[in-house]
Amino acid sequence: MLRKTLAVASIAIGGLWAPAGFAQDIVIPNIIELSGGGATVGAMWKNGSSMAVEEINASGGILGKKIKLEFIDTASDPGKARAAMQRALDDKPVAIFGPIYSGSVSATLKMTADAEVPQVMGGEAGPLTAQGSKYLFRTSFGQNVSMPKIANYLRDGAKAKTVAVVYVNNDFGKGGRDAITKELAARDIKVVADISTEAGQADFAADVIKLKGANADAIFVYLNEEESARFLREAKKQGLNKPLVGETTLLGQKVIDLAGDAANGVKGHVGLTVDAPVPAIQEFGKKYEAKYKSKPDHNGVKGYIAPYMIKAAAEKAGKLDGKAIAAALHGMTITPDKVPGILIEATWDDTGEIDRISFLGEVKDGKQVITETLPKLKK
Amino acid sequence: MTDFLQLLISGLATGAIYALAAIGFTLLWQTSQTINFAQGEFVMVPAFLALIAMRWFGVPFVASLVLAILASMLLLGVAFRYIIVGPLIRRGVLPLVISTIALSILLKESVKDFYSAEAQTFPTLLPDTLITVAGVSVSLAQLGVLAVALVTIVLLQWFLAGTRTGRQMQATAQNPTVARILGVPVERMILYTFLINAALAAMASLLVSPIYLAKFSNGETLGLIAFVAAIVGGFNQVRGAIAGGLLIGVLDNLAAAYVSTAYRQAIPLILLVLVILFRPQGLLGRKEERAV
Amino acid sequence: MSTSTSLLIGLLLLVLLALAPVDLNDFGVPYPGLRRYGTYILTLWLVTAIAAMGVNLIVGYAGQETLAQAAFVGIGAYLTAIVTKAGVPFGVAFAASGLLTFVIGIALGFPALRVQKHYLAFVTLAFTVLCWLVFRNEQWITGGVMGIRDIERPTFLGWPLRNHIRFYWFVLAITAIMTFVLWWIVRSPWGRAFTALRENPLRAESLGIDVRLYTLLTFALGSAYGGMAGSLYAPLVEFIDPSPFALGPSLLFMLMVVIGGSGTFLGPFVGAGIAVLLPEWLRAWETWYLLIYAVLVMVMMAFFPGGIVGLLSRLVARKARS
Repeated sequence: MLRKTLAVASIAIGGLWAPAGFAQDIVIPNIIELSGGGATVGAMWKNGSSMAVEEINASGGILGKKIKLEFIDTASDPGKARAAMQRALDDKPVAIFGPIYSGSVSATLKMTADAEVPQVMGGEAGPLTAQGSKYLFRTSFGQNVSMPKIANYLRDGAKAKTVAVVYVNNDFGKGGRDAITKELAARDIKVVADISTEAGQADFAADVIKLKGANADAIFVYLNEEESARFLREAKKQGLNKPLVGETTLLGQKVIDLAGDAANGVKGHVGLTVDAPVPAIQEFGKKYEAKYKSKPDHNGVKGYIAPYMIKAAAEKAGKLDGKAIAAALHGMTITPDKVPGILIEATWDDTGEIDRISFLGEVKDGKQVITETLPKLKK
Repeated sequence: MTDFLQLLISGLATGAIYALAAIGFTLLWQTSQTINFAQGEFVMVPAFLALIAMRWFGVPFVASLVLAILASMLLLGVAFRYIIVGPLIRRGVLPLVISTIALSILLKESVKDFYSAEAQTFPTLLPDTLITVAGVSVSLAQLGVLAVALVTIVLLQWFLAGTRTGRQMQATAQNPTVARILGVPVERMILYTFLINAALAAMASLLVSPIYLAKFSNGETLGLIAFVAAIVGGFNQVRGAIAGGLLIGVLDNLAAAYVSTAYRQAIPLILLVLVILFRPQGLLGRKEERAV
Repeated sequence: MSTSTSLLIGLLLLVLLALAPVDLNDFGVPYPGLRRYGTYILTLWLVTAIAAMGVNLIVGYAGQETLAQAAFVGIGAYLTAIVTKAGVPFGVAFAASGLLTFVIGIALGFPALRVQKHYLAFVTLAFTVLCWLVFRNEQWITGGVMGIRDIERPTFLGWPLRNHIRFYWFVLAITAIMTFVLWWIVRSPWGRAFTALRENPLRAESLGIDVRLYTLLTFALGSAYGGMAGSLYAPLVEFIDPSPFALGPSLLFMLMVVIGGSGTFLGPFVGAGIAVLLPEWLRAWETWYLLIYAVLVMVMMAFFPGGIVGLLSRLVARKARS
């Protein structure tokens, strides 16, 4: 009787002792933003990682085992991300994917470090990798890497002495704004306007007027996709004729599609996107579009390479063990000729920071054109 | 000065959208004591109905717009009236508030899960041509929004004050019991307000989406602003909602330009609190005569 | 139910909850105990329930609507995070959180209750968004959108609460005390005045109850429960940022109280339980759980506006009659 009651009670509390998935499969929990402010980003990541896992499973899995992804919603809330992380870690997974919002990564990175489980995440805030976790790995440049590149471009390419910064006031935008402000100061470039905007903001008339008044040599625009598009439309409408410089998103195909010809003339630095002049990446873009009927952005790419990182590291380590995988990824270089799914050669250093080539580009006639390829930071 | 005019025009165009949403909000409140927390989503959904017609069924653009308005009236008007409000109308304000909060989640998540989590471009009736007068640039699309919104509002005012049905609706709004005694078909009048609300929301949706893109989360801020506009203008007057909408639109732009972009959302809310403290019936409202 | 029976049932529940994370196999009971995650979720449920009890006091007993509970939770959480990081003991921070939110509750409720019904809802709505803006923009004190990291769990009488089970017991003890206090208030003459108020405000007024004063104190007390819940939330999650304190979560607090059964004593616990555990139950549906939740809420409102506790007590009453 007691046993029965307890069994019923355990079901009632909702499988808090959830079994660890199917014994023969490797379950990798994705703790990502499926609702709330980050839903768009989370949907991209989910599609990207699902696609990679299908490919990996079709070609025999990792070390002979199939992968199964589990998607857990953080509702874009660090508290919920933490709860989801705790549940996932209780099952002692081989690896964790996500979160993508830096705030949620910040709230969870200690937990994966304590549990010795590699966490392949999408956060771009600079300080994440500076906290000494041996288990945190980036899938894209941190702002500590991308912002110096932008600052160099503003100094050398745009020849700007004064810069106005427009950013979206969330952890992504604010982090980038703080990083670029520091980098610009180090290069004696003055920030003459510092304009915060809202996530989901529709009307950018006032912001553009402020920018016109600031009269800077160049304007650095650091917004999410649809806000970038709305901003560019308004800038064009009001005839804002200063160079608009951006980082990855601003030059992305998604923004170009949404903004129409208002995107023409935009310049800047591009991390890994589907528009990169690399056949493997463009091939990925086509496959993604055929499968999900929409164009991927860099979050799709981030989600896509995550399973391949684990595959390559596990095969190097020779076993499916979190600690060994993390150790293998440190200092590891994955090349597309061995692991095509990594798309572009990438190296991870001891802090989990990623290093790979990136690009300078601009938008011409509704297309992203790459003007220069920036080499990897370390050879 | 040029800047100020530019802000004013942009603010009015956005404000006209808020006004359309706010009018429906006050109409529902007046006739059925419905505080609709899903009003923002009501403005988000119709654009997606049009997109579904266009992209899934290949319906031509203009026909899709008409279909979207009709489908909105059916879904957000008739179905909302009978399925959600109907069973709750006599149970007081709170259960209905809770139900509309749930409805807002349902609409938002449905669009996200069944259509897309990404922002969508939306074709426009009016070309994106720019008109520049004395340094102030306005796009034809923006002028169109303003014009359509104003014409709609004038028509609505005429309908409410100048036609028999309109006057019956007003009577229902002011005192349903007396209206019923006087032979007004109260039930039908209430349904009319729901239809008008849905139609106005659909208009707002189809006007705003070409300029600001269609996205599942667009309703979040819109709903809040419609709410604020309705209270600031006067919760029991259509003209109050119009004035409130336009005022908030302009104020938002002026606050961002001259006060602080980080606190731009705060200005309308501070205005809301001041109105509640010093003029609770709203700027253009009259004192509530009915005991709640 | 007599006072002693209620107390006895409460005590029994308390003991069961306290044992939930303990492995009982050593004592011959085949129960493995909750793991870290289960314990974390139970702790989160208790913290949410404290805030929901506050909402229930305002909504269920005083008949007002508050859309500011998440903001009060936020004020408590930020205050606690900031001062404990500066070295102030947790106990002081906890008391200060309750006091500050009580005072703000008075300041907010006083003018709003002067006007009309529903206007408190409007004022609290504005207040929530304003608070969220301050949390987000005043980076020098709140950490802005980056939030505050590494909030330490407190030490209680020299007993460090870093361990998840100890912290759970600590929160459970506080919840028990706060529940008892509320239970006592509701049953006191003061609390009976609330009930009178809810049943018939006109009659209550004629009996010499100062309706406005009572409503105001209820609102302030309910808000203080929010502040104290926040004070526990910060060390539980060990990280705070503005997102859980926005308008949306404030609406969800109202939702959970009405779903649980507003005006019933156990309603907030049931409502908070559903809000915290439902995503867990429906995990296989990924994001669809929100759709299901929304539909359930609407069905619930249409057929059983008294919430789950209301529904259950009706069923029990019917069974007793037949």
